[in-house]
Amino acid sequence: MPYRLLRFALSKKYPEPRMFTEPDKLKKHYDVVIIGGGGHGLAAAYYLARDYGITNVAVLEKNYIGSGGTGRNTAIVRSNYLTAEGVKFYDKSIKLFQDLSAEFNLNLFYSERGHFTMAHTDSALRTMRWRAEVNKHMGVESILVDRTFIKEKIPEIDLDCGHNMPIMGALYHPPGAIARHDAVAWGYGRGANMRGAEIHQNTTVTGIDVKNDKVVGVKTNKGPIETNKVLSAVAGYTPHITQMVGLRTPIVVHPLQACVTEPMKPWLNAIVVSASFHLYVSQSSRGELVMGASLDPYELHSTRSTLDFAEGLSGHMLELFPFLSEIKVLRQWAGLSDMTPDFSPIMGKTCVAGFYIDAGWGTWGFKATPASGKTMASTVANDRDDETIKPFNLSRFGQYELVGEKGAASVGH
Amino acid sequence: MKILECPINGPRPIQEFIFGGEYRPMPEPNKVSDEVWADYVFNRAGEPGIKREWWYHLSSGTWFIAEHDTVKDIFIKTYLHQHMMKDE
Repeated sequence: MPYRLLRFALSKKYPEPRMFTEPDKLKKHYDVVIIGGGGHGLAAAYYLARDYGITNVAVLEKNYIGSGGTGRNTAIVRSNYLTAEGVKFYDKSIKLFQDLSAEFNLNLFYSERGHFTMAHTDSALRTMRWRAEVNKHMGVESILVDRTFIKEKIPEIDLDCGHNMPIMGALYHPPGAIARHDAVAWGYGRGANMRGAEIHQNTTVTGIDVKNDKVVGVKTNKGPIETNKVLSAVAGYTPHITQMVGLRTPIVVHPLQACVTEPMKPWLNAIVVSASFHLYVSQSSRGELVMGASLDPYELHSTRSTLDFAEGLSGHMLELFPFLSEIKVLRQWAGLSDMTPDFSPIMGKTCVAGFYIDAGWGTWGFKATPASGKTMASTVANDRDDETIKPFNLSRFGQYELVGEKGAASVGH
Repeated sequence: MKILECPINGPRPIQEFIFGGEYRPMPEPNKVSDEVWADYVFNRAGEPGIKREWWYHLSSGTWFIAEHDTVKDIFIKTYLHQHMMKDE
């Protein structure tokens, strides 16, 4: 068997299939240029090609695809948010996610686990009840559960948290799931590429040409491109790009760190979140615990890791699961979160004609990938904000119409 | 451990401090348009670089300004707000 495998690997007749082709150089003109080859940018390219037949598209990625936030998040998908606008949008995303493996013919390891948001205080419990009601009203499965229910689903948990801050109840969201995040980028990338879109890795955008408040081209390290439509889907690097077109935004970038433990036998089926402990954890299909905490406490454009994070997170993990004390952390990393003041994204058209923005994805970007791709494709194709994302337009700040999303991860309640 | 220099108390561990955001001069609220005011309230200079930021030393209750390189995570200098006003 190993010999046959080796022969197959060396055979010219059956070359290793590539997920997408690598074009030699940039064309002179594209109908749409997408900056950022993460999940969001590639999903937008995919839906532009599939739903609108717009295939003369270049996705420009300064690194490799999925190297930013897409490959750095903790891969949780859920829709139990607090605002009606948020719930509607993320529910659209979760429904798209459920069919994505079949659509791509690529296993995304999409695994529905059930999502618990623990409440350790009366005020947290009140927010959970509020979220449950909003969710139910919007047709999203979400209920308030008591300690007995939690213990039944997660027998390993210490409900009293070492008598520090006992768990009083939880918001339980059965469709909560995890997925293999890099495969989402590859799936969208392959799908877009098959339909004609080009993916240019190692291509940095150095400027955007604007004439009379209209986009006319993009400058890159591999030469200039003529285009009238540019979609910025760069999450943590958004302020670089908006500066190029002279657009001011409320985005402030903070690093968000995460880590994984060594693999263990499966014991944790559910996704556990605790806002009071600034912690979320799930067990991946490889057996590693994937853990994240709250944002780093100050503005920074660096993906460095800190001991503070690992220390703080481990302390809280042990309050919930004391038996993990001997388990080692394998890897730790950080991603850049483009935070907005109301914890909702910034999406849609801007005051520069032909410049579309898909940003403000802070700590909630991965789960939004399909819905964001779909709605941004519709926005770019029709040059009109898609109905679902209208509340998220950048102009909401000028009109003082914020969408306060307290259901976001790493946000204290 | 990361150390930040408090202008009053000298070098202290960063856990003793709270980040107060970008330093922004406030326009006169009654004299500017709603648009300018919204820009002051919400918008920030989000791009990386060397920035003037507000920091607060918890243990002593001191607000001060830090010049921070947000790419390298290096604090270049710190001083009290009144000293900054004097220089300008």
